[in-house]
Amino acid sequence: MAGDDQAVDAVLKVRDLAVDFKTDTGLTHALMGVGFEVPRGKVTAIVGESGSGKSVTANCIMRIIQPPGRIVDGSIDFAPKGMDPFEIVSLTKKDPRLQELRGGLISMVFQEPMTALSPVYKVGNQVAEAILCHRKVSRGQAWREAAEMLERVGIDDIDRRIQMYPFEFSGGMRQRVVIAMALVCHPEVLICDEPTTALDVTIQAEILTLIKDLQRELGNSVIFITHDLGVVAQIADQVVVMYQGRVLEIGTVRQVLKQPVHPYTKGLLAAIPGLAPKGERLATIATVVGDADITTPFPMQTLADGRQVSLPPELGGAQQA
Amino acid sequence: MRSYILTRIAGLIPTLAIISVIIFIVIQLPEGDIVSSMLDRLQAQGVDTSEEYVQNLRAQYNLDKPMVIQYFYWAGNFLTGDMGYSYLFSRPVNELVWERLGYTLSITISALFFTWLVALPVGIYSALRQYTIGDYLMTTLALVGLATPPFLLALIFMHIGFEWFGISTGGLFSPEFEDASWSFAKFADMLAHIWLPMVIVGAGGAAFTMRILRANLLDELNKPYVVTARAKGVRPAKLVIKYPVRIAINPFISNIGLMLPALISGEALVGMVMGLPTIGPLLLQSLLNQDMFLAGSMLMWLAILVVFGILLSDLLLAWVDPRIRFE
Repeated sequence: MAGDDQAVDAVLKVRDLAVDFKTDTGLTHALMGVGFEVPRGKVTAIVGESGSGKSVTANCIMRIIQPPGRIVDGSIDFAPKGMDPFEIVSLTKKDPRLQELRGGLISMVFQEPMTALSPVYKVGNQVAEAILCHRKVSRGQAWREAAEMLERVGIDDIDRRIQMYPFEFSGGMRQRVVIAMALVCHPEVLICDEPTTALDVTIQAEILTLIKDLQRELGNSVIFITHDLGVVAQIADQVVVMYQGRVLEIGTVRQVLKQPVHPYTKGLLAAIPGLAPKGERLATIATVVGDADITTPFPMQTLADGRQVSLPPELGGAQQA
Repeated sequence: MRSYILTRIAGLIPTLAIISVIIFIVIQLPEGDIVSSMLDRLQAQGVDTSEEYVQNLRAQYNLDKPMVIQYFYWAGNFLTGDMGYSYLFSRPVNELVWERLGYTLSITISALFFTWLVALPVGIYSALRQYTIGDYLMTTLALVGLATPPFLLALIFMHIGFEWFGISTGGLFSPEFEDASWSFAKFADMLAHIWLPMVIVGAGGAAFTMRILRANLLDELNKPYVVTARAKGVRPAKLVIKYPVRIAINPFISNIGLMLPALISGEALVGMVMGLPTIGPLLLQSLLNQDMFLAGSMLMWLAILVVFGILLSDLLLAWVDPRIRFE
């Protein structure tokens, strides 16, 4: 078992999650047995290349997978503070906890701040709506709380700005609005799905700092989805490496970024431009991985230092059951 | 917003002026004029006309003056509310047009509402249930509706009404109310009759609008702002209406202006088939008889209606879509 047997206080436990997309060209297995835990009050980064299943995993947690996608197996145990824990995958459509989950207990910040807000409603309306969806308060009260939250994420001149439309805001400002909208109900878990990818570098840094600061302030847990390992180093406590719909390695930031065990993780790290010596050709993931088998789903095993990894037997992986 | 409305209204004046010139030219295009067709008729009745009488007549209608002057006489009189005299009916054009314009407007506007009333729910249903039996059924119905010209639809309805139910579906009134003065009973009688032309005139537009709405909505349904709202916890029914539908209807608010001419010309044909007391049949008659004051006035009024309809739909769009308001 884990290096020290001390049980981690996990707010989310994802187990054996499998998602299929049924398309005209056949069945695509988007997720194949994804499992990880999200420690309470910490930042968990999910890293991986495009199509590795990061966003699908996030959408499963929110239960907003849309057809043709479907959760076919697995469970997500959720233990919010001050509430009985429940399992997310098995919630029926009519279960009030499902609506409470979305935006109330868990909320999400998306990649595209330019299109994540409806252009026809005022900023205040869209942030206040998040409150009105989950609490019985007056419209005026909701707008006041929305204004407070917007100020907290760094939007000044609030009396004027709250009456403005999203298209009057810059990309960075819109992302602040989306973050305010996500945090205004004080969710237990904040999922950030590549929130800085569409922003320019200086704004990226500001938004990262904002998310990190608010997380410390509000004490919520964060799932941070990205393909940028530089961002992971800045923000994460724990890292989950995904590839082709599976989890390959889970560990602390230090473990995964300093001493990666899995050949794919090593490949990812070697492919960061800044790390290659000047004048040398940048390593690709493929050259680092070499002949190692990274596509077969080997069982996860826990190493002595507490990290979990899915390794082929020739690299010391456990035999398949 | 204020200056937007003002510039749009100011823009109407040159538009209508240009339209009036075009209408005037089109009316003058055919051989002969109102006097020559009057003379033809008189001669056919065996009445001899002196050269002097003809000259007087031409002078009375200003036909002895250059074209440009004739236009200004016509346009000037129109502006003062004098639309001239219809030789065909021997009545002032004013009376004839006002009598019928009201019916045309009622049918056209109610057809517009019918279009929306049908297209909105059906379009939303079709988009949300894409590629289901219900969607295919609605799509098929819409294609049939689009492919059937309104006058044919009118004939079919009248035939069915007469053969199967033994009722006459023509006209806007039952015979006993035809010449009666306005009363509540007459109004009720009109309502009982107007629904059929309304459905017939609106059917094509409803089918078209429903297809447009379905396509627009399918584009919007998976936009990030919809996903954001879903993740925010907005309830499913409210989510669809408040987010994607709200955006998807914008293009067809601006379509109202474009649908008006189609509705009015559709109404003209249906009016003839069903014998409705609307502008359409009168317009055809006046054109055939070169009753130029009558034809010109009616064309001008239809143009005014369409231009104001487009203005109205543009203002409506600016009202519902802040992106246009702020440009």
